[in-house]
Amino acid sequence: MGLDFSVVPGWLDTILLGGLWTIAITLSAAVLSFVGGILFAVIALYAPWIVRQPFRLFAWLFMGTPLLLQLFLIYFGLIQIGINLPAFVAGVIGLGLHFAVYNSELIQTAIVAVDKGQMEAARTLGLSRSQALRKVVVPQAVRDVIPPIGNNMIALLKDSALVSVIGVGELTLSAQLAIGRTYRPFEFYLVAAVCYYIINLGMEAVLRRIERRTALSR
Amino acid sequence: MTDPQHFVEIRHAQKSYGKFEVLKDISLTVERGQIVAIIGPSGSGKSTLLRAINDLDPLTGGEIWLDGVQVNKKLPHRQYEKHINAMRQHVGMVFQHFNLFPHLTVRENVTMAPKLLKGISEDEANKLAEEQLNHVGMIERIDYYPSQLSGGQKQRVAIARALAMRPKLMLFDEATSALDPELVEEVNQVMKTLAEEHMTMIIVTHEMDFAASVCDRVLFMDQGVVVEEGPPEKVFRNPDQERTREFLRKHLEGAK
Amino acid sequence: MDWELILKVYPYFLEAAWVTIQLSVLTVALGLVCGALGAAARLSRFALLRFLGAAYVSVIRGTPALIQLFLLYFGGPQIGIQLDAFEAGVIGLGINIGAYMTETMRGAIISVDRGQGEAARTLGLSQFQAFRKVVLPQALRLMIRPLGVNINAQIKGTALVAAISVVELTYTAQRYIGSTYKPFEMFMLSGLLYMAIIYATGKGITYLDSRVRLQ
Repeated sequence: MGLDFSVVPGWLDTILLGGLWTIAITLSAAVLSFVGGILFAVIALYAPWIVRQPFRLFAWLFMGTPLLLQLFLIYFGLIQIGINLPAFVAGVIGLGLHFAVYNSELIQTAIVAVDKGQMEAARTLGLSRSQALRKVVVPQAVRDVIPPIGNNMIALLKDSALVSVIGVGELTLSAQLAIGRTYRPFEFYLVAAVCYYIINLGMEAVLRRIERRTALSR
Repeated sequence: MTDPQHFVEIRHAQKSYGKFEVLKDISLTVERGQIVAIIGPSGSGKSTLLRAINDLDPLTGGEIWLDGVQVNKKLPHRQYEKHINAMRQHVGMVFQHFNLFPHLTVRENVTMAPKLLKGISEDEANKLAEEQLNHVGMIERIDYYPSQLSGGQKQRVAIARALAMRPKLMLFDEATSALDPELVEEVNQVMKTLAEEHMTMIIVTHEMDFAASVCDRVLFMDQGVVVEEGPPEKVFRNPDQERTREFLRKHLEGAK
Repeated sequence: MDWELILKVYPYFLEAAWVTIQLSVLTVALGLVCGALGAAARLSRFALLRFLGAAYVSVIRGTPALIQLFLLYFGGPQIGIQLDAFEAGVIGLGINIGAYMTETMRGAIISVDRGQGEAARTLGLSQFQAFRKVVLPQALRLMIRPLGVNINAQIKGTALVAAISVVELTYTAQRYIGSTYKPFEMFMLSGLLYMAIIYATGKGITYLDSRVRLQ
């Protein structure tokens, strides 16, 4: 059959639009996974037993199963209980929760590792325990894990390709759309791969910048 | 119990971890504007006593009173938390390892607690930071992060941070022990300035010379009890107790 | 929880779990080979090999595994590579995990080489002797745990082949969700099987790790 890239330019706007959706879903899910990760870490460490234990079970389930399986659960599970979310939203929730659990593990370790003198110093100034956690301990823990959380965000970008299977019109699905019409899988998957690679490089550059920016305050 | 007659009153303080008694029936009074040094070998309980005053290491027995209010009074958990947070606002503490907040600038270290707890405005907070950092000679570094400061500078900022809450009492827990020798003096200078301003201070220290030069009273503690107490001239030059003499002699040898 | 349904379908999930195990074993085996070659290339004396090693790692880790799999399975025939879905899954995912393992192995070798390699050289060993006799044995021990992390990720990673219709656990779960409308039950059933596989693998790795630590 051979290769023929001459069909690619005609589909470039479809692919690029898909690329924008990939960026949108990645950023939305990244924000959700970051905020959720902090919240989950605090729950896992400080919530009352009755909240903490079921939560740990949930985290354990999410750490031990494939993202794709979780996406199916969330997408079809929500439909089953009568919530019909747009695929984009279901995809963001699925990706966001999945990575929130991983981020939470990192943040928990970092919270425990914050020197106990920090809590003491905050308490001696008159801060309550929750104020000290919010203002002193958790911000430090989060700063300490910016590099590994950044790596999780890069992984999130690549795993965002999986939401194509629940019908989110992002980069991978756009490529599939073009392939459906042209029967040129190699060409379009290669183009999609290049797009992912470029977004990946861009994200890495941004993350390295953030790491440098926060280096002094660690 | 009678009402307290003194600014700080510690009555029959007792603290044990399981069977091990760290503090055995310690009583101590401090008047407003007084400076008291606590000396003694490591493990003598002097840091534990200091940390009990603002309830970092709660006592297992006895009472602590500050300015007419009992610090460790019996209250239900939630009320006690509120009470102790309010008490701590009046007690500044300086640690051996500074414990500055590394994620905040010098300015933010100083202003964080006043902004959060006293609700002061951004302008007031900045003024407060400048005032306190001027006080300890750190105004030039106001927008630095702790990681950019030397140990002595960090400790001066930590003092400014505590002072920004306008405490009635300052506690120093071996504030210069972790510093390189050449950096000790700058911190001692700041503490001397506070002494001249009649700040009430309780200082746990290893530095006998400094204790002798600024303190009104010296306590020598060993194995959880106050062995000897008195004006520095008396305790350092002519102690009554053999254990005090022994400690001072060893310490003098160690310093040489 | 619909137990009756679970009892009815679980044999199919067990069969599917067996496919997942096969996929895991084969992709990890291929991944280890790719990882060793990749690490050797990245640490090579020859600039060209170093470049190729670095390019392998960067390209594979910079693009989604799903796209790599599609490229191989759907695009392969265009360049003369005809594979069935299972073969494509093993080769595609094996090459993918190999890039991550390359970095794991390289990291372990570098961290040992820093002190130990020099020490061995001062005794008069050649660079190759120092590597074989001193650096490598220690690095192998050091890499067991981090490779365990890669392997754990890869077991979950095999789920991707559901997208090219290999009948493994995730594909089976998806199919039964579609036909029974019981997503939670199907998730729990397949999820527990995944965790059983991961748990057993984890135990194996911990055992291996404790064995080499004793030596």
